[in-house]
Amino acid sequence: MATEVHNLQELRRSASLATKVFIQRDYSDGTICQFQTKFPPELDSRIERQLFEETVKTLNGFYAEAEKIGGSSYLEGCLACATAYFIFLCMETHYEKVLKKISRYIQEQNEKIFAPRGLLLTDPVERGMRVIEISIYEDRCSSGSSSSGSSSGSGSSSGGGGGAGSR
Amino acid sequence: MPPGGGGPMKDCEYSQISTHSSSPMESPHKKKKIAARRKWEVFPGRNKFFCNGRIMMARQTGVFYLTLVLILVTSGLFFAFDCPYLAVKITPAIPAVAGILFFFVMGTLLRTSFSDPGVLPRATPDEAADLERQIGNTEDIANGTSSGGYRPPPRTKEVIINGQTVKLKYCFTCKIFRPPRASHCSLCDNCVERFDHHCPWVGNCVGKRNYRFFYMFILSLSFLTVFIFAFVLTHVILRSQQTGFLNALKDSPASVLEAVVCFFSVWSIVGLSGFHTYLISSNQTTNEDIKGSWSNKRGKENYNPYSYGNIFTNCCVALCGPISPSLIDRRGYIQPDTPQPAAPSNGITMYGATQSQSDMAAATPLLQSEPSLTSDELHLSGKPGLGTPCASLTLGPPTPPASMPNLTEAALADVIPRKDEHMGHQFLTPDEAPSPPRLLAAGSPLAHSRTMHVLGLASQDSLHEDSVRGLVKLSSV
Repeated sequence: MATEVHNLQELRRSASLATKVFIQRDYSDGTICQFQTKFPPELDSRIERQLFEETVKTLNGFYAEAEKIGGSSYLEGCLACATAYFIFLCMETHYEKVLKKISRYIQEQNEKIFAPRGLLLTDPVERGMRVIEISIYEDRCSSGSSSSGSSSGSGSSSGGGGGAGSR
Repeated sequence: MPPGGGGPMKDCEYSQISTHSSSPMESPHKKKKIAARRKWEVFPGRNKFFCNGRIMMARQTGVFYLTLVLILVTSGLFFAFDCPYLAVKITPAIPAVAGILFFFVMGTLLRTSFSDPGVLPRATPDEAADLERQIGNTEDIANGTSSGGYRPPPRTKEVIINGQTVKLKYCFTCKIFRPPRASHCSLCDNCVERFDHHCPWVGNCVGKRNYRFFYMFILSLSFLTVFIFAFVLTHVILRSQQTGFLNALKDSPASVLEAVVCFFSVWSIVGLSGFHTYLISSNQTTNEDIKGSWSNKRGKENYNPYSYGNIFTNCCVALCGPISPSLIDRRGYIQPDTPQPAAPSNGITMYGATQSQSDMAAATPLLQSEPSLTSDELHLSGKPGLGTPCASLTLGPPTPPASMPNLTEAALADVIPRKDEHMGHQFLTPDEAPSPPRLLAAGSPLAHSRTMHVLGLASQDSLHEDSVRGLVKLSSV
């Protein structure tokens, strides 16, 4: 895990940030956390529309699961109230668990899909759940976005052989 | 240059530079240690933090201490003076139940006061620029030409939720389009999700994350107040059956005090509980109710798009629904390469944005020292102006008139938050607000002037911080 994160940070440092695209929230279903699936034009040449939409839809699904109102969430709420919320000192809420899942998913998507295309997704939770920030990096090395040097088998495998060792 | 008169050079009158203070002219290694600050230390809103960021409150906490004192003193007197008699005469269950209620009240009060109400973090500079660009584009398209000169129209976005058209407003301070039901609290200078009102009695905003605690606080406080009132009366009556009324009062003078406090509190607290029970069951916020956003009077087709249709579901969701975690990450460490949200306004925003980059800051001490003088003055002059309207509104009548118990606290507290710092846009016109227009009309000019101060203060506060640091650097040179 640490090496993969290291790779993404290397990516940030080795490539230069060209621009950032922000996917805004979609409030048409109310106040629940959903993001717009509209494909931003800046990403047109970078990533396939379908991959992008799938990522956003999966994220939306995760958030819907976190905010789902049903038997289990009521149970958690009542239990928490009954213990005067001290139970949250020991265990984390369902929402927090799902947020952790989301962050792992985003990491995975970054390594497998986005970083090889010179893109980087930022977890919305770091932006106050307002936007999904997608950083677009310019290729410095000829082959593009693969991380410079460092380590072994990483998720950002694809990127082609190219200038990986150019540093 | 040795200070003080020339004289013999043997005394080198150099004063030793203290190496304990955090002066930035140190080695980079030490700079890194200093730079590892937590995010709450540079939080742009007007909040107070305690326990290294674990506790978060509004800036004005005087009334909160009053609330604490009232509850503690009244309950304390009850336990000390009335309970011994009642436990013996009637049943020991009385102090037991009172004890449980008391702990519940205190627990929920502290939870409401100390937790993050659902503050939305401000936009990062990149986001803000992107939004501005988008808004600029749409305005250009709408106007046909680029709008130079005249004031652009208020920035709103319309969205259809569940069949109702809802306007999302752009917040100039936080540089975001506010989600539906969010509002900007001018006292705390934050946008808060599902903003209900700013409650001076708990010293915090009431929003999405702490509404249930607030509701349980006022509900349990109603029970506690009624309980204490009833049993204090019982105590006095029982005693006066034995020794006569006046002697009973002399024997337990505390009971009189308790009875008085409880009598006046009961009307407001119970009324408020009833009001919020209604709000919860119809899934509205105080904000929406007072503005009449979803009332039928606005039009036959007007309904609340957020309601789940039945009272039971609305209540369950409000009280037992999932709690979202705090978005502002108060105790996280500032990463040196992430941009911090800029303080609003006028060209000096750079300094706000580079708060975490102490190496850059070291290069610009002279520049930073300039705004420091003005910000200090503004800060000082603004403060009393801010303090008094707040005090006059909140400490007004501690016991509101019986005629409108339910709405007065909400209205009193509500006048305060209703600020959109976009001057031209009035949230609150007397004809829109159905209930106590007098109070609100009286409140709004005060609130307006306060917004002026707040706007100035908000931008100056973060500058002030930077400029203080700048001064420290200057002095160490």
